[in-house]
Amino acid sequence: MQPAVALRGITKRFPAVLANDQVDFEAALGEVHALLGENGAGKTTLSNILTGLYRPDEGEIVLFGRPAEFHSPRDAIDAGVAMVHQHFRLVVPFTVAENVVLGDHRDVGRTFLLHPRAIERRVEELSRRYGLAVDPRARIWQLSVGEQQRVEILKALYQDARILILDEPTAVLTPQEAGELFETMRAMAADGRTVIFISHKLHEVKAVADRVTVLRRGRSVVTVSTAEATPRSLAALMVGREIELGRRQESAGEVGESVLDLEGVGAQGDRGSAAVKGVSFSVRSGEIVAVAGVAGNGQRELAETIAGIRPRTSGTIRVSGRLLSGADPRAAIRARVGYVPEDRLGTGVAPGLSVANNIVLKAYRRPPVSRGPLLRFREIRDRARRLMHQYDVRAPGSHVPAWHLSGGNLQKVVLAREFSGTPAVLVAASPTRGLDVAGIETVHAYLREAAASGVGVLLISEDLDEILALADRIVVMFEGSVSGERDAATATADDLGLLMAGGE
Amino acid sequence: MRIERRLRQPWWLSVAVPVVSIAVAFLLTALVLLATGHPPLHSFRRLFDAAFVANGALSETVVSATPLVFTGLAAAVAFRMNLFNIGGEGQLYAGAITGATVGLLMAGAPSPLVVVGMIAAGAAGGAFLAAIPGILRAFFSTNEIITSLMLNYVVGVVLTYLIFDSHSYLRDTSGFEANVFPQGKTLPDEAAWSSWTINGLVLPLGFLLAVGVAVFVWALYTRTRFGFEVQVIGDSARAGRYAGMRTRRKILAVMCLSGGIAGVGGASQDGDFRHQLDPQGLQQANYGYGGIVIAALARYNPFAVLLVAFLLGGLQNAGFTLQGADFPAGLVGVMQGLILFCALGGELFVRYRVRFDRSPRTVKTAAPEPAP
Repeated sequence: MQPAVALRGITKRFPAVLANDQVDFEAALGEVHALLGENGAGKTTLSNILTGLYRPDEGEIVLFGRPAEFHSPRDAIDAGVAMVHQHFRLVVPFTVAENVVLGDHRDVGRTFLLHPRAIERRVEELSRRYGLAVDPRARIWQLSVGEQQRVEILKALYQDARILILDEPTAVLTPQEAGELFETMRAMAADGRTVIFISHKLHEVKAVADRVTVLRRGRSVVTVSTAEATPRSLAALMVGREIELGRRQESAGEVGESVLDLEGVGAQGDRGSAAVKGVSFSVRSGEIVAVAGVAGNGQRELAETIAGIRPRTSGTIRVSGRLLSGADPRAAIRARVGYVPEDRLGTGVAPGLSVANNIVLKAYRRPPVSRGPLLRFREIRDRARRLMHQYDVRAPGSHVPAWHLSGGNLQKVVLAREFSGTPAVLVAASPTRGLDVAGIETVHAYLREAAASGVGVLLISEDLDEILALADRIVVMFEGSVSGERDAATATADDLGLLMAGGE
Repeated sequence: MRIERRLRQPWWLSVAVPVVSIAVAFLLTALVLLATGHPPLHSFRRLFDAAFVANGALSETVVSATPLVFTGLAAAVAFRMNLFNIGGEGQLYAGAITGATVGLLMAGAPSPLVVVGMIAAGAAGGAFLAAIPGILRAFFSTNEIITSLMLNYVVGVVLTYLIFDSHSYLRDTSGFEANVFPQGKTLPDEAAWSSWTINGLVLPLGFLLAVGVAVFVWALYTRTRFGFEVQVIGDSARAGRYAGMRTRRKILAVMCLSGGIAGVGGASQDGDFRHQLDPQGLQQANYGYGGIVIAALARYNPFAVLLVAFLLGGLQNAGFTLQGADFPAGLVGVMQGLILFCALGGELFVRYRVRFDRSPRTVKTAAPEPAP
């Protein structure tokens, strides 16, 4: 059968980086085809080439048997290729219907006046057909993340996309929502569309895709049918070696006194609405407690409140038994609360400053790093070198600006700094987001090590696999409140998924 | 051929690029001179002569450079924290007003006391004015570019009012002539700042003070915790807050420091050079705006501010000396504009490099994270 899309010998270079190296890729009509690979394997570059954002240096794109050349994303859309990005491209104050016709130049968008009723009817029809429940008159800001994703898919369908690329679409969904998305993907494929599913979650690939192409270091390694593949074999292909798939190890640390106690903690979100509502739980030393939940259910705000960055509207926080004053990051630092923020580059480190300066970002106030008002550069340099060595930070030197480092190395800098402050509590918010498998392993090892040395670790994560691999106890947050607490040894993904969706 | 971002910036670039930029600016000026019928080499020699060589030229250049050093440092101090204080102009006026007031009030006191009083008053005046956009920015997140800029006009009007439209304490109302041609009261002798002469080069107190401020700013920003915090907040305010820095206080402190430096520049105008509050002279000179240009050219480095202010001061001084029928005053302005244009254009080459690619196949390397 003729493939719907074929990429032949695609090569794309960036300064000092070969992002795609002679990549071959084929996907058939009516197929869900997964694109699997670590971060930096070239998945995003390949999809950007297929959607006309980049032009390949070498190689050709063949669509439905005819060679295609894209000079802009517009050309790709006209040829029937659409992409649902990981970060949504939606105009927040607009309605669903308005977003859907945005950029349309074949139909309604072509005339000066819009016909909202006609658009809404068409949107409703599409959402019924593919099970994408969303009100076309709702405004984007009123929608949940899952609903916003549906709008993105509707947008692609409205443009009559024959080939849909979904870039890590499940990263922001609950297991239940992901299941619904998979049904939509199957329905679109059954309708003769081609769905390209980018992921690095093996069980999802196995669950939804017909075939899978594995990318590694910019090359296409192999294309196999998912029926023949096992998660273990796929992981090995992806990483290039056998890896240990996440399994919880017995916690090594002695669980001791409670080091972090939250009592009815409340906080506002960025828009002024209540984001955290009466949250109570505690973390004991030597223990890893995970906060699970779909993004946007108050976890980030909770982490910031504990770290003193976000003002508390109610409740109390005790660290090592002592009350923490609110809205004062310095008080939290003094109480030995380590914090690995979700936003690494920009909050966790100052990108323009050197690695050395970032390592003393919190320690600069005290001797020996400073004496009186003066900084001691030798001490800063020595400390940076020592910690970079100890945490295996790969950088040309301690003087290079932080933006120069890769995500994994940057996270090591943050961890090195937070651990060197000998924390009593460590709050880690999505510490492995955007890291590759090796980076994730390293971060997990450090978190386990921290717990083993008596630190109370609060891990905030959206990745259930990660939580099940690390945590001793799991607190699930839904819409700002704790919807349940489970012992990790007995918790199941289904049970947690239900709690994350607010049901019990 | 393509342009790509430099991963590292070799140190020599920060010297080579400005030098080449200025050379290109001279080349372009030469074209303008040719087009207007002036022999370029001869004109340049006259310019250089009038700025740095002729009898007393260097001293005059120092006079022109002194206020520019103050306003250049004021701008650099704030810009380093990504705080765009465009109000150096108004802060200089404010310092001139408070400085002159104190100079007049303290008539009869020992001279050193009067001078110190004027410096303190100038700093306070400038700092007070800068604190307004500072507070607005720190606590109400207003845009300091707009607020500080607008205050320039407010203070400009106040300055004119004090001498031209009122019978204020600062205005000279002694005789008939002073009522027809309004001017500020002449400051008492005690309020005249001293100067030192070395080999015929006159160094006014204000200039030495400006050099001292440059050293202070350098040390503050590179050697102290305060400077470290300014660097962090300037790079990422969120990272600063995350690390427990008091970002609001720091914004206010840096604005006051910036305004204070400009204010001392204003007091130096009273004490060193004009010996009265001179609204017209101050407003025509545009020292504040010149300081922004200087800070940009100096890439916010306090010692480079000294150098650039000295060069631009020389150019300005030569312009005053040479202007006449055969040398239009506008030419100096054209030259200043070209230098600024080339210098800022040259920035591109500090951050990016142009590569001529003949065989792109040679760049094959293992593929880590692709650049976006």
